[in-house]
Amino acid sequence: MPAVLATQSLEKHFGGIAAVNGVSLAIEKGARHALIGPNGAGKTTVINLLTGVLRPSAGRILLEGEDITALAAHHRVQRGLARTFQINQLFLDLTPLETVGLAISERMGSGGQWWRLVGSKLEVTEEIVDILGRFQLTDVMFERTGNLPYGKQRLLEIALAIACRPRVLLLDEPAAGVPEAERHDILTTVAALPSDVTVLLIEHDMDLVFSFADRISVLVNGGLFIEGAPDEVARDPRVKAVYLGESLNA
Amino acid sequence: MNAGIIKQVTQHLVNRARWSAMEYAFWLAALASIFLLPSRHLILTEVAWLGLFALSLDLILGYAGIISLGHAAFFGVGSYVAALLAKHAIIAEPVLALVVSGIAAAFLGFATSFLVLRGSDLTRLMVTLGVALIMREIANQIPEITGGADGLQGVVIAPILGTFQLDIFGHVAYVYCLLVLFVLFLLARRIIYSPFGLSLRAVKGNPLRSALIGISVNGRLVAVYTLAAFYAGVAGALLAQTTAFASLDVFSFERSADLLLVLIIGGTGYLYGGLIGAVIFKLMQDWIANLTPQYWQFWIGLVLVLIVLVGRDRIGLGTGMVRALGQRAVRRLPIPAFRIAAPPAEGR
Repeated sequence: MPAVLATQSLEKHFGGIAAVNGVSLAIEKGARHALIGPNGAGKTTVINLLTGVLRPSAGRILLEGEDITALAAHHRVQRGLARTFQINQLFLDLTPLETVGLAISERMGSGGQWWRLVGSKLEVTEEIVDILGRFQLTDVMFERTGNLPYGKQRLLEIALAIACRPRVLLLDEPAAGVPEAERHDILTTVAALPSDVTVLLIEHDMDLVFSFADRISVLVNGGLFIEGAPDEVARDPRVKAVYLGESLNA
Repeated sequence: MNAGIIKQVTQHLVNRARWSAMEYAFWLAALASIFLLPSRHLILTEVAWLGLFALSLDLILGYAGIISLGHAAFFGVGSYVAALLAKHAIIAEPVLALVVSGIAAAFLGFATSFLVLRGSDLTRLMVTLGVALIMREIANQIPEITGGADGLQGVVIAPILGTFQLDIFGHVAYVYCLLVLFVLFLLARRIIYSPFGLSLRAVKGNPLRSALIGISVNGRLVAVYTLAAFYAGVAGALLAQTTAFASLDVFSFERSADLLLVLIIGGTGYLYGGLIGAVIFKLMQDWIANLTPQYWQFWIGLVLVLIVLVGRDRIGLGTGMVRALGQRAVRRLPIPAFRIAAPPAEGR
């Protein structure tokens, strides 16, 4: 099966430090792929390179076989690559309604229209209501995002990526910092993602990783350490040493 | 089940773009000033073009978060183009000349917009300031076209739409400026409530995430900067047409700096800040200059320091203290103005 998202010898140096060092990943269509590794292993840097937030020092990125290494971030989104952030990146002064609407309008190509009032396009409104409903955000949709509880903001973070209707979705620690009581909502949401969407998940929560992923890559010190099915990775003694051992002690 | 919510959401969004009672009151007051304050039309004309100029800065500062200390570059280009078009009778009719002047400024805005895409606020302040200084020096170095340091003399403005001749009392000029301001305000208001306007607020709030939901951040910034340059150019053209003169002063640093003050007084990001700020600034300038002709800048400076100190957390939000202070000042300031305008027949 062809890889929907692939990297070839991806490298990123910050000064003299190699944050990402020769990573070649291949994520198959429809996969639930997890990228794990200890803190500072370079996981978020990989996501930043994939989405165009950072430019790689060397190597190539392929989306559905096409080289997108030099493509601007917003063009990658238009090609179906969306992400969430480990630390919420939201529009605090806008409402969830406006936030989700922005992504939908942009995808439909009407986000730059200046002669039309916001809210005058029924198909956008319908989709906003649908997405907000799926993410339990309907009751807070008119409130300022900055005033929402953290759990709701976290849901909006994911809803916003879904609103881009990605073919490949990169989730950077979706459950990070979410209080135990609200964690369930996030996990259900992640599990309920449409199966035709390819997902790359970064997560420290091993329960989530092993219940969700059908493929796991382990990143250590900027390099790919091992890749395989969840049970292979879980059995591998080296992984236990560098990663699971650490998280058990933590 | 969703149908009810969809209707509610649509209603909510549509209602936001509705005119509020305050807005009606504002424009009715502006309309009334045409009939009730005929003796103040000269200064009100200045208020009108300054308000348009400040509205232009609000578009980039209040909605896109681009701070500028050189907005006079576009004002100046509009001013000189309008004066030159009239002087050489290239386009004699003022309304058409106004549009052409705005477009000329928009070209400069588009060309220089790429300089403000990157960098911090400080970089942007310096870059915009630099552009305005360069424009001033260019105008200074080609006196055969611009009149150099003497200014462009001998400008004659043809009747507006071939019908309305500008008079020395500024009656026609005021109505003209007010109408232009109103039309361009309506356009700005429309844009602010459009998807484009919403995306500007997103870009201002979080450029990183904006790009990662597919918004072309640079594209939006270039567009709004060009639009703002058009507005500033039209404001400059109004000055040139209503005074039949253009001088290097249109590019001056003080003009850009004063403009920032106007917007700070009125508050940013709600469109009326520039207009209210212009009213307060001009009336305050006029009033204080009457009280103490030699030291008026001292008092203006003091008032501005106080405003910024009282409302420093609010600048950029366009709400709260600055606005409240502005509204208080609006209530107070016209009183001396009315007193001056009161008929002498009262005999007290």
